[in-house]
Amino acid sequence: MSAAEITSQEYIKHHLTNLSVGEGFMTIHLDTLGWSVFLGLVFIMLFRSVAKKASTGVPGKLQCAVEMVVEFVDDSVKSTFHGNNPVIAPLALTIFVWVLLMNAMDWVPVDLIPRIFELFGVHYMKAVPTTDPNMTFALALGVFALIIYYSIKVKGIGGFIKELTTQPFGHWSLYPVNFILEMVTLLARPLSLALRLFGNLYAGELIFLLIATIGLFQLPVHFLWAAFHLLVIPLQAFIFMMLTILYLSLAHEDH
Amino acid sequence: MNLNMTLVGELIAFIVFVIFCMKYVWPPIIGAIEARQAVIADGLAASDRAAKDLELAQEKATAQLKDAKAQAAGIVEAAKKREAQIVEEAAVKAQAEKEKILASGHAEIDTERNQAKEELRQQVAILAVAGAEKILERSIDAAVHSDILDKLVAEL
Repeated sequence: MSAAEITSQEYIKHHLTNLSVGEGFMTIHLDTLGWSVFLGLVFIMLFRSVAKKASTGVPGKLQCAVEMVVEFVDDSVKSTFHGNNPVIAPLALTIFVWVLLMNAMDWVPVDLIPRIFELFGVHYMKAVPTTDPNMTFALALGVFALIIYYSIKVKGIGGFIKELTTQPFGHWSLYPVNFILEMVTLLARPLSLALRLFGNLYAGELIFLLIATIGLFQLPVHFLWAAFHLLVIPLQAFIFMMLTILYLSLAHEDH
Repeated sequence: MNLNMTLVGELIAFIVFVIFCMKYVWPPIIGAIEARQAVIADGLAASDRAAKDLELAQEKATAQLKDAKAQAAGIVEAAKKREAQIVEEAAVKAQAEKEKILASGHAEIDTERNQAKEELRQQVAILAVAGAEKILERSIDAAVHSDILDKLVAEL
């Protein structure tokens, strides 16, 4: 950091500004999009390379590691989702690994990537995509669309509307109240998914930035906070995946 | 919070990644895992079976060994019996042979003794006649006195 030139407030604000093009709603955060697609490609390439060579014989070390992740996701899906749906497990795997990789960018020292890009004349660079609500809401809306799609597919439009109106109160005069309650429940799902991930990672990043402003003492504190993120980063990825599976399994349940 | 077009871009990226994962990543990996699990399960079952087979074979071998031992003991027993029998038979045979030889020896001895006796008697008769001739200094008609001589011979 360069406290001599700018105040810590300006420093933090600078680090929390996205590299963007466009105005208003048409703005695109190039850094969020770029890093997330890059990390998504890392996931896809890595797993695809293993999938191409996957054999039933003695697996190599990389294959073992990838298979461990796949089996972990598969077990999580099987323990929660009892239907037969070929989308759920790959979706859960993509969410888990992608979110994990994006969260893991939090471990990269906060100044490293911005400084490197500054050498090339890029002045804003926010390298953790999950600290951008656009990223987390995109994931949550994708899941939400699948919730709606499977609810209607499994229960039919009538069944879905019935589910939204006839409970928890059985009497017809209370159906509007039921509908309001159920809509809140339904909408709270993507909202909580997106905000939980965003909030955790944004707060973590913010603390990293605060630590970076306290001078020489930042080294042990920084280490402690990064060590704490050993818990936060996989946990948030896991929670996002588990809740996705859970919500989709609820969408498949016919009352 | 400033939601904007980035969200749409991320949503598209998300959909593309999920579809790719669904088509090209998940099926081969989970297929390989499940196939390997089947292979391992088969292998374990086969090794279980082999262990059971081994146990059975060992039991069979033990039983056969026991049988063979019993048979060998039986054979030895029979052989001993037979040996005793042969010895017994041989002893009996030898005894019989001995008695036969003894009997024939006795018979021969008797014959020879009788023969010798006969010869002796003849000679004694002749000697007695000769002695009597000399005592009487005359010849005695052997034919005339043969009854006396025969009496004499019978008395010897």
